[in-house]
Amino acid sequence: MNKLLELRNVTLKYQTPNDEITAIENLSFNCNDGDFVSLIGPSGCGKTTVLSLLAGLITPSSGSILFDGERLSKSNDNLGYMLQKDHLFPWRTIEKNVFLPLEIKKINTQENREYAISLLEKYGLKEFKKRYPDQLSGGMRQRAALIRTLSSKPKLLLLDEPFSALDYQTRLSVCDDVYRIIKAERKTAVLVTHDISEAISMSDKIIVLTNRPAQVKSILYPKLVGDSPLSRRESKEFGTWFEKVWKELH
Amino acid sequence: MKNKNQLSRDRILYLRKIKRDNVLVWTMRFALLIIIVGVWEVLATFNIIDSFISSSPSRIAKTIKELFVENNLLKHIGVTMYETVVGFLIAVILGYFIALLLWWSERIRRILEPYIVVLNSLPKIALGPIIIVWFGSGSKAIIFMAVLIGIIVAIMTMLNGFLSTDKNKILLLKSMGANKIQILIKLVIPGSLPTLISMLKISVGMAWVGSIMGEYLVSRAGLGYLIVYGGQVFKLDLVMASTVVLCVLATFMYAMVALLERFIIKFKMK
Repeated sequence: MNKLLELRNVTLKYQTPNDEITAIENLSFNCNDGDFVSLIGPSGCGKTTVLSLLAGLITPSSGSILFDGERLSKSNDNLGYMLQKDHLFPWRTIEKNVFLPLEIKKINTQENREYAISLLEKYGLKEFKKRYPDQLSGGMRQRAALIRTLSSKPKLLLLDEPFSALDYQTRLSVCDDVYRIIKAERKTAVLVTHDISEAISMSDKIIVLTNRPAQVKSILYPKLVGDSPLSRRESKEFGTWFEKVWKELH
Repeated sequence: MKNKNQLSRDRILYLRKIKRDNVLVWTMRFALLIIIVGVWEVLATFNIIDSFISSSPSRIAKTIKELFVENNLLKHIGVTMYETVVGFLIAVILGYFIALLLWWSERIRRILEPYIVVLNSLPKIALGPIIIVWFGSGSKAIIFMAVLIGIIVAIMTMLNGFLSTDKNKILLLKSMGANKIQILIKLVIPGSLPTLISMLKISVGMAWVGSIMGEYLVSRAGLGYLIVYGGQVFKLDLVMASTVVLCVLATFMYAMVALLERFIIKFKMK
């Protein structure tokens, strides 16, 4: 399969008035087209920093990041970033929120708007497109946030603990929703999480990171029966995999 | 869902209670005003208080009427209103743009910080003599005073509003490849609209402080002038009457801003 993303010996140091901190050291991994990859690691190990690197928000101190075989540039139109909270703008309707990346990237054409609307319709937010975010439930808002991420047709989605702000029930169903949408749209995704079950139930590939400075500790390929995170959670092997990841983390 | 005509008993009682509470509050408001005015008037009529010093509602009413007919009250109102509104607009608009500049550049913000702190803590009236020398004794000096008093608060309120923009929302826009102008237009300005409204409300009050204080220092017309003049010649009726007119005008201007607020919210939630 085609390598969409490739990190080669990426190191990131950043300066504070008191110290120089090495957040990431010699980090290397690949991500194939269509993969769902999870980054999991102890808290504070720099998981989010890895995403910021992938999003082009910061540049590595050394090493290289290749996207589709080319060096990652600052304004990469093929990326969509999704954060913990939905961060929908309360003064914009759902529809206008979904158009936001189109406006920013100056590709706000009739065709692209229609595509965004079609996503809203396909994923059950048709009646809500003229509503404001505070009129929607937490789960629907997160779904709208995902559609906003998808509206500019990115190849790679970066998900930074996108479910952690939701309560448990909503979390399971939104997790299912997001997985279904990402797979249906054939997107590649990198998920950062500290939730082992979430990582196992969603990913083709789990990258376990060490304590800071973050390095790859091990890579696991969970193979579970089931076509959705919920059904995977119910499969027999789930417990075994949970233990495996748990041991890697501790 | 239940039809509107078939409200439950509890609902009807609840709505009735709200309505009763509102009526009570408004009744008490007027009652309080009538009691204050009434007691004042009675005390003055029976010479329990000296109405030469404390004036009385009837004398105030008479004075306002006289002012209106003989002394061109409308001209005085016009002068003060002009100074206040112009001072308000300059302070608010200039303040908004200076706050934008300070948001834009952290370096400029750090350089100017001590100056703003000093200007904020300085009692602006101390600059009165300087202002008179520079701007003379007309409306210009008074407007300058109003701007001086209003602009610092306007800048600081707005800057706080701009700076409290959610960092993660900025991150989100950056991940879409947004530049600083886009972040400003798409996020910071619309997101700080509530701050703008509260800044306008504070600035209305500040503009009145500035214009009246300015008129105390230098002026030949305006409500502040009437108040000071009345004090100097010991015509307390004139002082009280001007103050009452001032109360009405200040409330009116605040109400205009409140109306603007409602309009903005309605427009936004259209």
